[in-house]
Amino acid sequence: MTVDRREFLKIAGAGSAFLLAGEARATDEPQAIDCGQTYGVLVDTVVCIGCRKCEWACNTEHKLTDLPLPSYEDKSVFQRHRRPEHNAYTVVNRFFDPNTTKPYSIKVQCMHCNHPACASACIVGALRKEKQGPVSYDAWKCIGCRYCMVACPFQVPAYEYKEPLKPQVRKCTFCAHRLEEGKKPACVSICPNEALTFGTRQELMDMAHGRITASPEKYNNYVYGESEVGGTSWMYLAPTTFDQTELPKLPDEPIPPITETIQHGIFKSFIPPLALYGILGLIMHSLKGPEQEEINV
Amino acid sequence: MSKHNHAAPVRAPFLSAGTKVLAVIAGLGIASYIYRLFFGLASTTNLDNQYPWGIWISIDVASGVALAAGGFTTAALADIFHKERYHVIVRPALLTAMLGYTFVVIGLLADLGRYYNVWHPMLPSMWQGNSVLFEVGMCVMIYLTVLYIEFLPIVAERFKGRVNLPGVLRILNRFVDSWLTVCDKYLTRFISLFIIAGVVLSCLHQSSLGTLMVIAPTKMHPLWYSPISPLMFLLSAIAVGFPMVIFESIISSRSFRIPPETPVLSSIARYTPILLAIYLGVKIGDLTIREAWPYVFDGSLKSLLFIAEILLGVVAPAVLLTIPRVRRSVAGLLISSSLVIGGVVFNRINVFLVAYQPLYPVKTYFPSIFEIMVTIGLVAALVLVYRFIVMNFPVIAKPPTTPAGVRPAEGWLAESLREVE
Repeated sequence: MTVDRREFLKIAGAGSAFLLAGEARATDEPQAIDCGQTYGVLVDTVVCIGCRKCEWACNTEHKLTDLPLPSYEDKSVFQRHRRPEHNAYTVVNRFFDPNTTKPYSIKVQCMHCNHPACASACIVGALRKEKQGPVSYDAWKCIGCRYCMVACPFQVPAYEYKEPLKPQVRKCTFCAHRLEEGKKPACVSICPNEALTFGTRQELMDMAHGRITASPEKYNNYVYGESEVGGTSWMYLAPTTFDQTELPKLPDEPIPPITETIQHGIFKSFIPPLALYGILGLIMHSLKGPEQEEINV
Repeated sequence: MSKHNHAAPVRAPFLSAGTKVLAVIAGLGIASYIYRLFFGLASTTNLDNQYPWGIWISIDVASGVALAAGGFTTAALADIFHKERYHVIVRPALLTAMLGYTFVVIGLLADLGRYYNVWHPMLPSMWQGNSVLFEVGMCVMIYLTVLYIEFLPIVAERFKGRVNLPGVLRILNRFVDSWLTVCDKYLTRFISLFIIAGVVLSCLHQSSLGTLMVIAPTKMHPLWYSPISPLMFLLSAIAVGFPMVIFESIISSRSFRIPPETPVLSSIARYTPILLAIYLGVKIGDLTIREAWPYVFDGSLKSLLFIAEILLGVVAPAVLLTIPRVRRSVAGLLISSSLVIGGVVFNRINVFLVAYQPLYPVKTYFPSIFEIMVTIGLVAALVLVYRFIVMNFPVIAKPPTTPAGVRPAEGWLAESLREVE
């Protein structure tokens, strides 16, 4: 059990070169996306009439269900709270303003965070924030660990549990394929009331604050998504606070830096692991005495 | 490798009443496992969009990795710190770790929606260095390889010069034999490099497992959500290492009717209260700094589970093992080590399941019968494979007082209850 110093260095060196390659790769992730210039959507729940045409447009665009448009006029679905599912990327829920008792509707879908926790969590980089704004998903890479679902603070990604062999994580795609063609997302295109507005995130924030200033009696002075978990591409205006709605109260700090700081700290240039290796090697070497006899017990 | 000279394959009949029961459980588990692979998660599990992770992650993977910590803690103690007298337990601990991690991977595959893509993280084009899970996955994979390499000398010791493969495989005899000879001659000289690598890799992923849930700060109950969760996972893994070795050593000696290594086990158990105390100290400091104490005493189910986890899994065994009488009796060792093991499993379940609070729960997660059968079945299968290997490879030390193949004297329990040294 003798460790040849030269052998030791050779193997340790090879190992660290391999690991360093991994780190170099890890740090060249697209980080500096200008979030003001990414696309987003402003959801104005004051203007929304809850017609659910966006649901139909989404389901049709993504071939999720083939129910005809008139079937979406059924308002009984508002009696229960619905969440996005593997076969419904967006759903509209109804809430009541506690002050006026008037109903208002909130469309929910993936928020397309500026700093998505799902993408930070993903073991193979199947989820990523695109320059245009969408958080995209590559099913071909996915191993199906569902860590993205654990990580998402809005609890949006849904899983095709019923699919035995090729299940996918399903969520709003922001119609990335339409954006590439210069078109708006399907839900925005169909919205009859301009409750959904498509634009760059900066434009939308200006517009949101403009609307609040113009009609302070209609709006609660808060733009949801402007700062939540570091900001999201989709943002909301509402007649009242969001406490009563399903949009969770979240801190302003992005989530990924929490775990990434820990991980990158532990692996800082692979110095800590290599240092531990060296220390243990030193202990092993120095504590071993040639005369040390085996103690029988 | 003179220090391993008294390890030998255990001579015993493979089948016993116990192993038959285990075989049935393992069989049911394997059947459920195969059923899951072809019919999907919905038909076998109670997982949903609210609870994406169930017992296959919290028990099979997270607890499995923690309980395999005996491998690296024992290796560190005996090989790195040269506490030579613990060499008798290095091999059983190594085997436990090797099989433990193997079954962690098998269990993980059941949970992965696209299990056939499990190799994807190895492709540089898919490396995602920001992902905690990526780090865990790579470390576990490399460590598993290291464990198999560490086991090679044991295979070589057993079969070098007498490789006798059946049937057409005979043509490989000379090749395998010369390969084992090379392993025996050269690998053993560099084995310490792998031993240290194993300890480093273990420290890395044992702690990273604790970072996994840190990515869900808004969904985690404050009792278990901590930025130093990785440190607590590492400390609890180190603390459970020796109790796991003790537990498994007592059980296997009982099953094979050989006297347990009580002096060694008692001696190794002395470390456990210290390790548990360090873990408890960090835990208390963490609760204090995060001002989470009110949650401990709010009387909710979660607070009670937290208290039970700490009292039964940490405080009770730490106190028990400081008592020399307990430490020197087989029953005392068995009970205390079971408490530590149960405590760590309890903790992993609490962190991954109990603490996880979905935003829009419709119903609470409880594992399905298939999930339970797979989990229990894998444990049973692991025990059977362990039994098979120790009966065919020199892993367990021959009882020093009894010559090989001779049944030990009756009443070893009474004998071992005697105070030692």
